[in-house]
Amino acid sequence: MIMEHRVVITGLGVVSPNGVGVPDFLDALRQGRSGLKFMPRYEELNFNCQVTGMPDFNWEQLRDYLPEVTFHGLKGSTIGYAIKAAADAWLDAGNSLADGETHWDTGCVFGNSVADTEAMKRVISFVDSKQARKLGSRVIEQSMNSGATAYVSGLLGLGGKIITNSAACATGSQAVLMGYEYIKYGMARRMVVGSNEYIDPYIFGAFDSMRILSRKYNHEPERSSRPMSATANGFVPGSGAAALVLEDLDSAMARGATIYAEILGGVNNSGGQRGGGSMTAPNPRGIVDCIKGAMDSSGVSGADIDLVSGHLTATVADKLEIECWSAALDRKEADFPLVNSLKSMIGHCLSAAGSIEIVAVALQLRHQFVHPNINLEDPHPDILNMISAEAMPTKCINKEINRVAKANFGFGDVNTCLIFAKHI
Amino acid sequence: MDRQAILDELKKVLTPYTANKGALNSINEQTDLIKDLHINSANLVDIIIDAESKYDIEIDMDSAERISSVGSCIDVIIEKLHHRN
Repeated sequence: MIMEHRVVITGLGVVSPNGVGVPDFLDALRQGRSGLKFMPRYEELNFNCQVTGMPDFNWEQLRDYLPEVTFHGLKGSTIGYAIKAAADAWLDAGNSLADGETHWDTGCVFGNSVADTEAMKRVISFVDSKQARKLGSRVIEQSMNSGATAYVSGLLGLGGKIITNSAACATGSQAVLMGYEYIKYGMARRMVVGSNEYIDPYIFGAFDSMRILSRKYNHEPERSSRPMSATANGFVPGSGAAALVLEDLDSAMARGATIYAEILGGVNNSGGQRGGGSMTAPNPRGIVDCIKGAMDSSGVSGADIDLVSGHLTATVADKLEIECWSAALDRKEADFPLVNSLKSMIGHCLSAAGSIEIVAVALQLRHQFVHPNINLEDPHPDILNMISAEAMPTKCINKEINRVAKANFGFGDVNTCLIFAKHI
Repeated sequence: MDRQAILDELKKVLTPYTANKGALNSINEQTDLIKDLHINSANLVDIIIDAESKYDIEIDMDSAERISSVGSCIDVIIEKLHHRN
């Protein structure tokens, strides 16, 4: 029989559109601060959606983390975000960047959707103008899907399993789940997990063409992302990264580490693109099974959940998602737990969404509050038919929360749900 | 352009590629880029590309393979500058 280990979160790092670094991000969560901005460039490009969530990122700050040789020639924004988030999480957990050690008991699962297309544009133009020989030695490492993972594991000296995962908008939560499982089953003592995303104009344009992005609030960017609202009109793509250090509970206790929260369990599944599911829409049965399975694996029931951290992107799928939560938790109307969507503040950071939202969950559990849903002055009537308005807080609430259910759903009909608990 | 002037310029090109600043400050023609300056061999490509753009020359692959020390690097640059003129 395999001995199972309890898994806790002992380090956080975040590069979010509404806050870079944990203190700034925590303040933004409490204040309900939007990180969405109008992009004149998107107007020039004739995009329908001209707003985005872009972190206020100081590129030069990477010099504090990276050797000069590594910093020189680093171009990809998405890798830069990942390095900052992972290094901050590593330092937050009490480690050093300069110990020169290989940490054989520590692995990494870091995910993304696409390598930086904007950086690849330079490659394309060099090759097309017959100048390939001038590209140099640093392009390939930054165009690999495993680029961020390679930079992060090299910077931190990680010697365990090093995995790059990709599951569209479920990437971040899947990375956390995989890291959790490795520690739970004794294959690692610690895991650095997270995800990163940089939405360049090319990927943004391709999403824009799907007509699923917010387009009615281009000149009121802070109002443009409206999960669960009657006036929700599509999602707002965002960029960013987040990382967590997951650790065996015994190890964390032995060294007196700060523990943000415990991960009780989780499930990653797919609806098989059947039963109403497709490439872009979820099979509701898959979502319900995923949430129920996560609760089963955690030994909790729907009645134990104090807060739902939804996927809730501000599309027509929000209604279906609430319906699935209600069915899986077996709770409705005034009995439905609190539910919030960080996307109301930062938009949808795609692959990075799950990890940024999980950092928000860890902070809410650690500091015992529930962040507001902004832009929810008009909850959707179909959602109000299922759950009470009080379940969707529009102001920050300070209250005891013990268990949080967090889910993300991605293209390809993939789902991840995790259950987090306050560490007592 | 004399060899010392090229060496001084080369020092600037090499700066971002070596953590060994002490050795960089005291380079001479015998200094080995990999053994003495601990430059990652993969980065020699980038140093050659930077030198090409600095002197507006083209260093073909055969010439590039002759580069291992600061002196051999200066030899190639002078040869290509001569070629250009």
